[in-house]
Amino acid sequence: MFESKSGVLFIAGLLFFAIAFLSNAVLPALMYQHLEEKTAEQLVNANLRYQFEDLAQRFPESFKEHIGTPPEEEEKAAEWYDEQCADMLRLGRDIYVGEGCWHCHSQFVRPVSNESERFGPVARSEEYQNELQRPVLFGTRRVGPDLSRESGRRSSDWHAVHFFKPTDLSPGSPMPEYPWFFDGDPAKPNRRGLALLTYVQWLGSWLDSYPYYEDYEESAIAQLERRADDEAREAATAGDEPEGEKANEELTDE
Amino acid sequence: MTTQSNAAEQTPHQTVPNHAELVDERIVCWYFFAALIFFFASLAGGFLMAFQLIRHNPLNGIEFFSPGRWRMVHTNAIAYGFLANAFLGMLHWVVPRLTLKPVLDKRLSWFIFAAWQVVVGATAVGILIGHAQGLEWGETPVWIDPLAQVGLLLVAINFMAPIISQQGPIYVTLWYFIAAFIWTFLTYAMGNFVPQYCVSGSSAGAVGGLFIHDLVGLFVTPLGWGMMYYFVPIMLKKPIWSHGLSLVGFWGLAFFYPLQGIHHFLYTPIPMFLQYGAVMSTIAVELVVMTVVINFFGTIWGDGKAFWENLPIRYFYTGMVFYFITCAQCALQVTLTFQQLIHFSDWVVGHAHLVMFGVFSMWLLGVMTYLFPRLLKKEWYSRTMCEWHFWMSAGGLAVMALDLTLAGLFQGWSWMGLEPWEHSIEVSQPFWVTRIFAGMAMALAQVIFLCNLYMTWAKSPAKVEEPTGAPATA
Ligand code: HEC
Repeated sequence: MFESKSGVLFIAGLLFFAIAFLSNAVLPALMYQHLEEKTAEQLVNANLRYQFEDLAQRFPESFKEHIGTPPEEEEKAAEWYDEQCADMLRLGRDIYVGEGCWHCHSQFVRPVSNESERFGPVARSEEYQNELQRPVLFGTRRVGPDLSRESGRRSSDWHAVHFFKPTDLSPGSPMPEYPWFFDGDPAKPNRRGLALLTYVQWLGSWLDSYPYYEDYEESAIAQLERRADDEAREAATAGDEPEGEKANEELTDE
Repeated sequence: MTTQSNAAEQTPHQTVPNHAELVDERIVCWYFFAALIFFFASLAGGFLMAFQLIRHNPLNGIEFFSPGRWRMVHTNAIAYGFLANAFLGMLHWVVPRLTLKPVLDKRLSWFIFAAWQVVVGATAVGILIGHAQGLEWGETPVWIDPLAQVGLLLVAINFMAPIISQQGPIYVTLWYFIAAFIWTFLTYAMGNFVPQYCVSGSSAGAVGGLFIHDLVGLFVTPLGWGMMYYFVPIMLKKPIWSHGLSLVGFWGLAFFYPLQGIHHFLYTPIPMFLQYGAVMSTIAVELVVMTVVINFFGTIWGDGKAFWENLPIRYFYTGMVFYFITCAQCALQVTLTFQQLIHFSDWVVGHAHLVMFGVFSMWLLGVMTYLFPRLLKKEWYSRTMCEWHFWMSAGGLAVMALDLTLAGLFQGWSWMGLEPWEHSIEVSQPFWVTRIFAGMAMALAQVIFLCNLYMTWAKSPAKVEEPTGAPATA
């Protein structure tokens, strides 16, 4: 049996594989059967809607050009925003996958290694029961921080400038530049840019209170280092701001 | 049983069909060429991301060269372009010689060859235009998946035909191959369709983990070990040390390997008891795997000088040493204690390189070093270049693996210590720079290999390598 064709084929090839599939894949699927899988439409929540309408305020021309103008009537407008927002979430997720963001950013907070201090509440199963987590984007590598509590942590202007040229806001960042999400200028995100902004602002928007990431306190060493850095910078540049911050302010002024 | 099959795999006697009837040498060659082309595509992707990380990417900001996309090309080109192609070439040599029966149909073989290049090429293009699927190592765009699935089925049919015709107990190599054909087909189907169309969230995570893991454990590993069980006894001219250990190794792997997928996602919302199960079967499989390594070292015992004199043997046994290290590392890093520190870090990246390059690529490069002279009917142009190829590949990999493992520790400590994020980046810089140099050594080694291959080929008076060239003779 152990050296025959049929033994290898049926026992090792099929039976053992089946046992593993049942215990490691079918079992968890059955355990989560009661959790309803949400569609993108159901994922649009108040926080996200706020962020989405905020995009329309911050980038009025781009929004009009790439997404459209909401109907006049208030009720219809609300519906329209919800629909567009869901579409943008789907597109944003596709871009997030297509660009490989998930190979540098994880989307789950572990209950160990002080992660809940840094990022926020530990990941729960319900959070992943939705259409945008097909396949799930847990991620396996963190070059950049976890993004599952990112929503509301930064303004969309910040993200826009950051996607356009990360080093402008985060000197020394190894994150790649994504100018193709913009019509030549961080103040003009294109359809893909708006979608990615929506998606990033969605991550964690479902939590009761947010943002979380900022809650963590700097370690003593970090505080000292930062203070020393700040002082050095003040002394060196007195009045002369780094480019990135300027760009950011200009955007916020709009 | 072993004796019988061992006799069959060694020099065929009068009644057996001659080599030319069995093996289509041209297809072996073509698979190897295709494999090497994708190897370079993969290297390009690796370098792009590596330069991005040290913030010296000259192509930053160009959509087509998005490092995230090329990172996916990097891993997929190795899995489906290099490893799969090289394995297929090897199978076209080994299976007919071992079973003394040609594959089902040689035209089918060529069709599969062409179709597989289309699959891999389309995967690369699909990823580069931004159509990746969100599944690690399964980024193959969803519109290619069905085609790849059919390809795998045809591969299984084509090679199973000669295997099925065997009577009685079969040789170890064929256990691994039969299992690999079935597992690869099932694994691909499971990974690419279930988390996309059937389940989402944590359950999709469980399937995704199973997929990443099974791709290594049920596609690459059995083909690799099957290959070792074939080539090592032939080259050392003696049977495998212990048949009993071969049995333990195979059946242990078959049972425990598929049970571990979830260890890729420890501390996720996947139920904890499943995580414990995965951890335990991982530790179990490491013990099993040790028996295989012991078996092979038992085989070479007393023939130590073959390691220095016989280049393919050196490739194989170096790979086995790396395999031993990987497995020892794995048994530790899979524990929840280790995971707290090293998960998400470059430790894991180092581990992946140790397995994929240090073990399986080394083995396949060894097989190529062994087979090219036989396929091209002449000795290597330069043995010195072969030596350089070996030492730079092995040395570069050793440096890279050690470097990334250390980097992972520093990153883990930085995160755990709640340092600002930039701290983990700064701390990684020296390691990332070292990694580039190690990578360059590994890449240069392959360039040397290609040059050597070209010179060997060019030595030929009758260029048998033309696609329309003369049929190979025994
Ligand atoms: C090479 C790895 C890499 C890739 C690819 C990458 N990032 Fe990043 N990302 C980083 C690093 C490192 C940081 C931290 C430094 C910084 O702020 O730029 C970061 C920071 C971020 C932040 C800010 C987090 C915060 O609040 O501090 C966001 C948002 C982000 N990335 C989103 C993305 C998206 C979306 C993509 C894909 C389009 C992406 N990243 C691709 C490495 C990467």
